[in-house]
Amino acid sequence: MSIKVAVAARNVGKIYGAGAAAVNALGDVSIDIQQGEFFTLLGPSGCGKTTLLRCIAGFETPTSGTILLSGRDITHTPPSARPVNTVFQSYALFPHLTVADNVGFGLKMQGKSRSEVASTVARVLDLVKLEAFADRLPAQMSGGQQQRVALARALAPAPEVLLLDEPLSALDLKLRKEMQSELKRLQTETGITFVFVTHDQEEALTMSNRIAVMSAGELLQVGTPRDIYDRPVNRFVADFIGETNFLVGEVDGTAVRIASGERLDVPLNGQTGRVTLAIRPEQIKIGTVPGGLAATVTDATYLGTDTHYALALSDGSALVARVQSRTGDDFAVGDTVGVTVDASAVQVLKE
Amino acid sequence: MSGPAASKRPRSNGATGWLLSAPALILLAIAATGPLFIVILYSFLEKGDYSGVRWILSGDAWFRVFFEKDIFDGTVSLADANLAIIWRSVKLSLATTIITFGLGLPTAWFIATRPATQRAFWLFLITIPFWTNLLIRTFAIMEVIRNQGLLNTFLLHYGVISEPIQILYTDTAVLIGMAYVYLPLMVLPLFAAIDRFDFKLIEAGYDLYATRIKVLRRVILPIIRPGIVAGCILVFIPSLGAYVTPRVLGGGKNMMIGNFIELQFGQGQNWPLGAALSTMLLIIVLGSLVVYMRVSAREEPHG
Ligand SMILES: Nc1ncnc2c1ncn2[C@@H]1O[C@H](COP(=O)(O)OP(=O)(O)OP(=O)(O)O)[C@@H](O)[C@H]1O
Ligand SMILES: [Mg+2]
Repeated sequence: MSIKVAVAARNVGKIYGAGAAAVNALGDVSIDIQQGEFFTLLGPSGCGKTTLLRCIAGFETPTSGTILLSGRDITHTPPSARPVNTVFQSYALFPHLTVADNVGFGLKMQGKSRSEVASTVARVLDLVKLEAFADRLPAQMSGGQQQRVALARALAPAPEVLLLDEPLSALDLKLRKEMQSELKRLQTETGITFVFVTHDQEEALTMSNRIAVMSAGELLQVGTPRDIYDRPVNRFVADFIGETNFLVGEVDGTAVRIASGERLDVPLNGQTGRVTLAIRPEQIKIGTVPGGLAATVTDATYLGTDTHYALALSDGSALVARVQSRTGDDFAVGDTVGVTVDASAVQVLKE
Repeated sequence: MSGPAASKRPRSNGATGWLLSAPALILLAIAATGPLFIVILYSFLEKGDYSGVRWILSGDAWFRVFFEKDIFDGTVSLADANLAIIWRSVKLSLATTIITFGLGLPTAWFIATRPATQRAFWLFLITIPFWTNLLIRTFAIMEVIRNQGLLNTFLLHYGVISEPIQILYTDTAVLIGMAYVYLPLMVLPLFAAIDRFDFKLIEAGYDLYATRIKVLRRVILPIIRPGIVAGCILVFIPSLGAYVTPRVLGGGKNMMIGNFIELQFGQGQNWPLGAALSTMLLIIVLGSLVVYMRVSAREEPHG
């Protein structure tokens, strides 16, 4: 089975400005985004997500490297000649055009016939459930509806790739959840490759086929949500995706000696010297002593289904454990407990 | 607002408000419509012996706006000279509007796309001409374009032309002058409109396969249209009634309607004709405004 690559970036670098004011927005980014994939660029503010997306859309020209679309070099192709459409964060709907004319704009510019434009617009408005709003102006719509118009407008010309730059960030939480599943549905129904930008890790995990984690203009890790969550390549990724406990230690034979002096048997891949152990809070089990690492409960927060325990190891290093609430085995602040973790649930990261 | 007394008697608030502003309103009404009324009235009176009017109702002035009677055989024909002047005025004003729009749009665009800190400076430059008297600015233009002026001297010196080009006292001179004088009135409302324009929409246009021309025609121009309308009205109307510029740069021959009206009140000693021409000017302005509004209303998005 051959997987077709929709968009590829080859050693893409982007420097804004020149001289002393130059900003290195993208370092040396190489990435393959597969056809029909829901691909997410995830990273903190200012890491270059928008820049990479704008290079794919054609609004920015990379300072170095090339962008390929289905194998064709489009690095210097203007945006109007790329079969790629963008959903803008601010929607950027044309205020003087009705919803139908907004959605039909791209088709009209492509020179499609009047009847073809009309039928496609009707079909796409149906897809985003806005049939009843065709004759409204954008100003007469709610934020969520405008969002759908923006989506419909970008989908109407049936682009090879749809680029979405934090399209949900202006919506309130409830609407946001709704649009997340809506986007996922649209992506599956249309089969169009989605490249989605967000700095919300939860959004990324729930929606994506694959995620690229970025930091300071570099790609740190590309993989499925599971890969990234379970096997983060470094401390930054582990910290950025979900909650993580970090324990610093020293490789000692086949185990790691942590600061409190205890030895933990963990899967080592030939690491030596100082390492960081990453442990997800839900992987930590706590029981009565003796058994496992001795720790003191410093705080307990009951959250309904879960209880969060803040723990301190004998050397004072802090751990957070998330335990399913069950009657009978809860601990109180000040209790001494034994902490155990499955060796397979521990990620050993190079310091 | 009306203060504490008004809150006790809220129902009389409106009436009291009108009553209190009545003197101002009456004064304003008289000041605004009084002179206009006098002009219209004079256009229906008979001309006095040397100047002024005789208080006899007559349609003679209006007749003379459009027709002329041969002094020998009394045959009536269209007043070609008058109509030519009116037509030239409309033509030159339209041309001025088009020229100032052509120059003003890129200028306003340039200013609106400067960093916020520099915009005030560029706008300030645009308003500098307003500091100087119109007459003096017009003479300055004359100095540039006359036969021994800057432009011709320069071109002659570098051998581009072998003898001076006659620009002064032509329609071209009047156009240059009016475009120069009225350009700021075009730039300022255009700037205000472009300043409010969301530049992301241009990217959205390109993204949706529009070429540069299409983005200009389908996105930018329709959205900044209120500014375009305001600028065109602000330029067209005063151009139509321009007096100083055509007087100085057009010489005596290339009159516009403003000069022609002045002639009637001065040398011509025909106040009713001058008044009728003024009313005529007013009608042209109102008419073109109505046409413009009709046209722009029709092109609004329907629905
Ligand atoms: N037009 C520009 N000129 C100069 N620097 C820029 C420009 N656009 C972005 N930058 C800089 O490039 C870097 C990356 O910006 P980018 O917008 O790609 O970040 P981002 O990951 O999208 O962030 P956010 O999540 O806040 O949107 C930032 O340091 C930013 O300040
Ligand atoms: Mg961004």
